[in-house]
Amino acid sequence: MPQFDPTFYPSQLFWLYATFILFYVLLSVFAMPKIGGVLEERQRKIDDNLDKASQLKAEAEAAIAVYEKALAESRAEAHQLLRSSTEALAKQAEARQKELGERLAEQIKTGEARIVAAKDQALAQVRDVASEVAKLATAKLTGLALDDAKIGLAVTSALQERR
Amino acid sequence: MASPVEQFRIEPLVPFEIGGVNISFTNSALLMVVCVCLVTAFLTLSVRGRALIPGRWQSMAEVMYEFTANMVRDNVGSQGRKYFPFIFTLFMFTLFGDLLGMIPFSFTYTSHIIVTFGLAIVVFIGVTIIGFIQHGFGYLRMFFPHGAPLLTAPVLVPIELISYCSRPFSLAIRLFANMTVGHIILQVMAGFVISLGAYYILPGIFPMVFLGGLTVLEFGIAILQAYVFTILSCIYLHDAIHMH
Repeated sequence: MPQFDPTFYPSQLFWLYATFILFYVLLSVFAMPKIGGVLEERQRKIDDNLDKASQLKAEAEAAIAVYEKALAESRAEAHQLLRSSTEALAKQAEARQKELGERLAEQIKTGEARIVAAKDQALAQVRDVASEVAKLATAKLTGLALDDAKIGLAVTSALQERR
Repeated sequence: MASPVEQFRIEPLVPFEIGGVNISFTNSALLMVVCVCLVTAFLTLSVRGRALIPGRWQSMAEVMYEFTANMVRDNVGSQGRKYFPFIFTLFMFTLFGDLLGMIPFSFTYTSHIIVTFGLAIVVFIGVTIIGFIQHGFGYLRMFFPHGAPLLTAPVLVPIELISYCSRPFSLAIRLFANMTVGHIILQVMAGFVISLGAYYILPGIFPMVFLGGLTVLEFGIAILQAYVFTILSCIYLHDAIHMH
């Protein structure tokens, strides 16, 4: 077998080491940094994109939080507004009712006064009528002409007893 | 018909000597140069585009790079990073030596024991030097397993020493023998195709089919043996750096 013929051993070893060293230099200086650079760049790009994605996600979450806070605030504000307006309306209604009540009481009072006056007037007239009737009745029955002042006194006392 | 070992014959293409030593440029040397040029061109030109999404060629270059990087990381560890260029060169040199040899009428320099031994001895000496640099004379404990009784030393130390020193031989002979035998079988089988096919076409078809299968197998062996050579170098390197 030619493999065991030492004639070309020096040549084989010389060219083996010459090409191998050249190969090592070529690969480690030119080829490997290039490939390594490409791989690194890709990894960096992937990491970058992942970072960006997580950053965007955080931003979106912050925006959602702000939106929800605003929503909650406006909801509370609306609530507050509703309550305060309800209170104001209730107060207003109460005031109006009170005013109305006062006016009605006033009217009732004047009405009562008018009634009392009318009643007094009516009673006075009743006294006159009663005096007249008493005078006439006495004259007719007894033929006595009674004094007006006496009759008036008697009628007044009779009315006071009735009242 | 030519002898099956004829294919391994070294032919000087440019004969010359330096100081009486024959270092002619031979067909073997030519294939080494072809391998260096081809692989360097392939690995540099394929990533020239620096594409973010690699094409076919760039993908292949990246796969080879990452495969070797992972091999070094898994088998040597983080301290193996500085030896990565050497391991990568070794892998590419043996892998493409094997593969270029599969081209008909080309030459397989990895089928020569002096070449595989030349590589193995570099690994062996390098690993031994690294071991002594890392551990000083403590590296000699490599030849005596940790925790073994001292009485066993006279037996264990020679065994460990022989096993350590036989590493370059096993490394060299494994690659050389696989390549040589594979190529001889291919040659013999191809001889059958011709000699049987010369009588009648039909009997020639059977060895032809078999030859096809063998060729596929040989490609597998070519890749596998380059891988084995490299990974064993990694394991030796690991032993030297971490000891056991």
